[in-house]
Amino acid sequence: MDIINEAMRIFTDAGIGDAVRVTLAMALASVTISAFLGIALGILLEQCHFPGKRILIRINHTLLGIPPVVVGLLVYLLLMRNGPLGAFALLFTIKGMVLAQIIIITPIITSMVYSYAFTTAPAVRAFAVTMGASKWQTQILTIKEMKYEIYFAIVTGFGRAISEVGSVMLVGGNIEGRTRTMTTAISMLKSQGIYTEGVTLGVLLLVFAFILQWAAESFQKRELENENY
Amino acid sequence: MKKFMTIISLMLFSLLVLTACGQSPDKTTDEKTSQNSGAGAVEAKGVLLMSTTTSTQDTGLLDYLAPIFLKDTGWKLQWTAVGTGQALKMGQDGNVDIVLCHAKASEEAFVEKGYGVKRYPVMFNDFVVVGPAQPIEANKDIHTVFDQINSQQLAFISRGDDSGTDKAEKAIWASLKIDPKTNENYMKSGQGMGDTLAMASEKKAYCFADRGTWLKIKNDSTVKVDLNIICEGDALLKNQYGVIAVNPQKYPTINNQAANDFINWICSDRVQKLIAQYGIDKYGQALFTPNAGTNS
Repeated sequence: MDIINEAMRIFTDAGIGDAVRVTLAMALASVTISAFLGIALGILLEQCHFPGKRILIRINHTLLGIPPVVVGLLVYLLLMRNGPLGAFALLFTIKGMVLAQIIIITPIITSMVYSYAFTTAPAVRAFAVTMGASKWQTQILTIKEMKYEIYFAIVTGFGRAISEVGSVMLVGGNIEGRTRTMTTAISMLKSQGIYTEGVTLGVLLLVFAFILQWAAESFQKRELENENY
Repeated sequence: MKKFMTIISLMLFSLLVLTACGQSPDKTTDEKTSQNSGAGAVEAKGVLLMSTTTSTQDTGLLDYLAPIFLKDTGWKLQWTAVGTGQALKMGQDGNVDIVLCHAKASEEAFVEKGYGVKRYPVMFNDFVVVGPAQPIEANKDIHTVFDQINSQQLAFISRGDDSGTDKAEKAIWASLKIDPKTNENYMKSGQGMGDTLAMASEKKAYCFADRGTWLKIKNDSTVKVDLNIICEGDALLKNQYGVIAVNPQKYPTINNQAANDFINWICSDRVQKLIAQYGIDKYGQALFTPNAGTNS
């Protein structure tokens, strides 16, 4: 019982509840936007052929490997009071953090969706055309055929979003109760020599990752079962 | 399968070649530096490991003192700069030989619990309150300034990281019997002094800072820092540094000899004078005032 009481005390005292709330709000918002952008871009990229397409794909792959702190720094400079977007006062807000996250996550979802589409979409399209489907019906069928891969891309994106620390620290500023996420809180607690609460947060993050992965898997399983009938 | 294995071994081989290529230039530079140091300075007889606060590193004081310490005593000073809370914790765990930080009450508790041998005052600098020029007018009374910040609910960014500076700020709020959290615009960054000052400048907020870091950020930041000193010179703003050797009876493997040498060295008249001169050429004022041997 003591352990549970202790955990509850840490949860309420150290602003950990706030950190969890900020983390989830930020991750959900950034993954939702990145998913729309990434799925659309990935599918468009597979279907459209234009000069410079290969370079665009190269750039997207490069962005996969961009260190998040670099994104953080660039977004910081953009949002600074004297920066180009300074007038919107987005620095040290969750919105600013979401912007940085979108830049990090969208290329991941785009490239995953693109590579799945590259292998599956042509066959689906050929099938749809023989069945006399309209353009929109074809698109929807393509997405439906790739839905597991898209779930997986979104779950991957969400995993990146909740685990991000560098860019979030720079752009969010780790302000208690406002922009302090679980990861920046862990990094801060470590620098203060407080390990217990850091570990508590780390375990919570692992629990989130587990729930997410489990939910995605059971969803997929149910869908598969339905299909088998 | 065979093809796959060939590719893998080829990749490993090329990696090996690459790392070998990468290493050889390093070796030559290593040799060069050791030759250089051999020609100029004394051969170090050992390492003194210190945990200290970010301010002694950020102001460049340790970079200035370490080579002189090596020359005078033969010990090579290596330090890790963290918040005062963690600096003391590292001493408590026996991970360092000596602690140099600025939170007198915590330092005395550290010695009382037997983790440190004795605390020696070394020097002090002072804290300042910086912020936008309006609405608080610059004055010398910290009580008036903090009172106005709280009553007018002005934006204030606190370190909130349990560092020496953070403890000093909290102590002042406590002595005023004001709960800063009643101010909706009181924020905690949980970050170092430099980052917190940059945030204050961005948010046009007030901030409690040590003078050394403030001068450095104001001078060196590529982005103009939009803050002014609002309060300085109050007796409550004094920031005393102390040095403590970690207790060798608790941790026999630590380098107590070097720690004692460091204490004697930094408290000596000559080094105290060196500290008094530090920063004058660059910032137009000394960053620290030595006061070893006093009862601070």
